Amino acid sequence: MSIGHTLLGLLESGPRHGYDLKRAFDDKFGHDRPLHYGQVYATMSRLLKNGLVEVDGVEAGAGPERKRYAITEAGITDVATWLATPEKPEPYLQSTLYTKVVLALLTGRDAGDLLDTQRAEHLRLMRALTARKRQGDLADQLICDHALFHLEADLRWLELTAARLGALGKAVGA
Amino acid sequence: MSAPFPEAPATAPAPAGSLLAASGLHKTYGQTTALDGADFSIHAGEVVAVMGPSGSGKSTLLHCLAGIVRPDSGSLTYQGAEIAGLPDQRLSALRRTEFGFVFQFGQLVPELTCVENVALPLRLNGVRRKAAEAAAASWLERLEVDDVRDHRPGEVSGGQGQRVAVARALVTAPRVLFADEPTGALDSLNGERVMELLTEAARAAGTAVVLVTHENRVAAYSDREIVVRDGRCRDMERYA
Repeated sequence: MSIGHTLLGLLESGPRHGYDLKRAFDDKFGHDRPLHYGQVYATMSRLLKNGLVEVDGVEAGAGPERKRYAITEAGITDVATWLATPEKPEPYLQSTLYTKVVLALLTGRDAGDLLDTQRAEHLRLMRALTARKRQGDLADQLICDHALFHLEADLRWLELTAARLGALGKAVGA
Repeated sequence: MSAPFPEAPATAPAPAGSLLAASGLHKTYGQTTALDGADFSIHAGEVVAVMGPSGSGKSTLLHCLAGIVRPDSGSLTYQGAEIAGLPDQRLSALRRTEFGFVFQFGQLVPELTCVENVALPLRLNGVRRKAAEAAAASWLERLEVDDVRDHRPGEVSGGQGQRVAVARALVTAPRVLFADEPTGALDSLNGERVMELLTEAARAAGTAVVLVTHENRVAAYSDREIVVRDGRCRDMERYA
């Protein structure tokens, strides 16, 4: 995920302090990976340098000064361009799982067991995500759905590979 | 009651505390072996997904566990008593009072309204019409389809019909619910809601669920998973 573009997008609704931006980011997008303060301030410095945000105000307090950031016209254009650009689909052509299966076959180990072990691990995560989805809000549901569909795709690959183990063994000369 | 099959091979005892357990089930149809020594067990209130490729024997396993199909050999116990050899009439009574069923298609009676469909199992068990329909209405509400109580099945959507079917399966407070591809004919969103409601209602009632599905996202609503391959069961807990 592009943290810079996401923070810029959050600024479109109005100027915010770095601390507010971090909170908004963590609340909406940072479920398992909250931002560090250092990341926020480093990113804002870069955006400031590139003219995508400007300092809207500075508040002096007991501690360090608090800057309030506002998005610039160039920043709004940058967000629009980012949103309109499709993400590159990941081809996963060199998967670790594929390597493990072939190595198991080549070394005379039980590749079926390997696939079952992986299947159990995937399903355990799918159960956890399903439980989280049931307790969460719509944002949680969408995030979990995305992960669930990817895990499901992996599981379908595991099932198909299990059905093709005999042929695969011959193909790799096991 | 103990009624082992004469040709039954020696089988391992069911795991302690199982509500329903099968051991060494064999079933053939002509030259085709559907079950080849399948072992299975489920505890009260547990949701177990049964998965496997097409033709692996998962539906046959469900039908044997539910007493719809008789295995050729093996042991099947319910609450510790052997049931595989029970006479048809007693098996039928067991299915009617202890088990509930949800299938993929065509399970509602088209001539009856939704509330009458849900009340039907209670009526067959001798409950008076008013009490049966009151209980049915409460289940329709729980499954969020009380607005179609007076509609006939042909007048409701697939998702609504399936929720009505779940209500009918649970209205008798069964100890075991058998669900065979319950979301197979539904889109993702409807299928998901059916699974949420089905598992929530079953867990709240302490009903065990045997869930046959080929969809991993549906299986993710279960507590554990069994994979059927070549007529045998693999307990995936072993790999967890």
